[in-house]
Amino acid sequence: MTPSLREIQKRINSTEKTKKITNAMHMVAASKLGKSETNNEAFIPYAEKIEEMVHHIVESYGDHQHPILIPRKVKKVAYFVVTSDRGLAGPFNSQVLRKLEELIHKRHRTSKEYTIISIGRMGRDYFKSRNMPVLRSVTDLPDHPYFSDLEDLTFDTVQFFVDGEFDQLEMVYNHFVSAVSQEVRVKKILPLVNEDDVDQLKTTKHSEFLFEPNEEQILKTLLPQYAESLIYGAFLESKASENAARMNAMRNATDNADNMISDLRLQYNRARQAQITQELSEIISGAEAQDD
Amino acid sequence: MGKTLTVEVVTPDGLIIKDQYDMVVVHTELGEVGILPEHAPLIAPLTISTARLKRDGEAMKVAIGGGFIEVDRNHITILAQSAETPAKIDVQRARKAKERAERRIKQKRDHVDFRRAELALKRAINRLNLINED
Repeated sequence: MTPSLREIQKRINSTEKTKKITNAMHMVAASKLGKSETNNEAFIPYAEKIEEMVHHIVESYGDHQHPILIPRKVKKVAYFVVTSDRGLAGPFNSQVLRKLEELIHKRHRTSKEYTIISIGRMGRDYFKSRNMPVLRSVTDLPDHPYFSDLEDLTFDTVQFFVDGEFDQLEMVYNHFVSAVSQEVRVKKILPLVNEDDVDQLKTTKHSEFLFEPNEEQILKTLLPQYAESLIYGAFLESKASENAARMNAMRNATDNADNMISDLRLQYNRARQAQITQELSEIISGAEAQDD
Repeated sequence: MGKTLTVEVVTPDGLIIKDQYDMVVVHTELGEVGILPEHAPLIAPLTISTARLKRDGEAMKVAIGGGFIEVDRNHITILAQSAETPAKIDVQRARKAKERAERRIKQKRDHVDFRRAELALKRAINRLNLINED
């Protein structure tokens, strides 16, 4: 049976309301994305400078002894996953969570071989509900974070590695390619230097800096801060990705609502036309009956 | 005109200062260091302290939350985890941070927590000191 005119009108109204909401969310996400991109740009000079400093020192100080630089036998891997607190962001959370779960199942047999550090409610709930080990989790971070908002977590993460809580740190997060494209990236953060980098560093010697008190002391404070900056950088990227993903999801939802409304309008008009036609034919046949 | 120093203060939250100064005074782990133009290239860690950037006899103070200084041909980069000029310091927030850190230090839960709280406390005190000096 075809729905009545009244029913169709009700559905049109409710779809209109949904559309208003998704459209508003789209606008909010778009403006947040703009701010996220600004945050990313503000971070770049710091990231570049600290990397340059690390290079200066590692160049002039060939025999690095700091634990952050030395690969060790990997008994336990920590995965640092970045998700959001809220949903409605398209595949933003699901793709990063699925990727990490696959990775863990492929690489590890028991839950003793890995641990998870998570940002965002989605990540925490996902792994806790699966009884997977979560070493640390942080939720409710602001949309436009300052470095100090994440400082405790980055500090602890690097410290855990130095203390031997785990032997390798990898980040799993949404890399921000552009406003319409984000891809899951798995990035090894600790230990810091892999062999290619070391070779590359050794070949370029040009520094004549004076290091006070000495290279070793500086590395001791610089390397953890460098590692922290890498984590923070990935977090900022993920934040931009989240806003972009939400913006796209909400734009799609708004477009879908538009399509649905135009389908419903067509249906409504047809039903109304059918009703008019029927009424007319009833009147005409009534009139014809009287003529006879 | 004499030579000046180009000073950049860079933090993860952005470039805080980029300007010309006559002299820079910072606290490194070995003590207070004053840097004038034509200083030898240098890299040194900074403690949680106040940096003073001087120009025409006036000093601009910046609260540094730990970091590094790089001197390279009259170009000075201060790379800090946080850096604030007096106008940007949130006194309320610093006071709260100080109280929180003090509470945490009393609890002594584990050593990582303790070290972190210690740093937070130092930063909060550093910020408050800078405000009180003025």
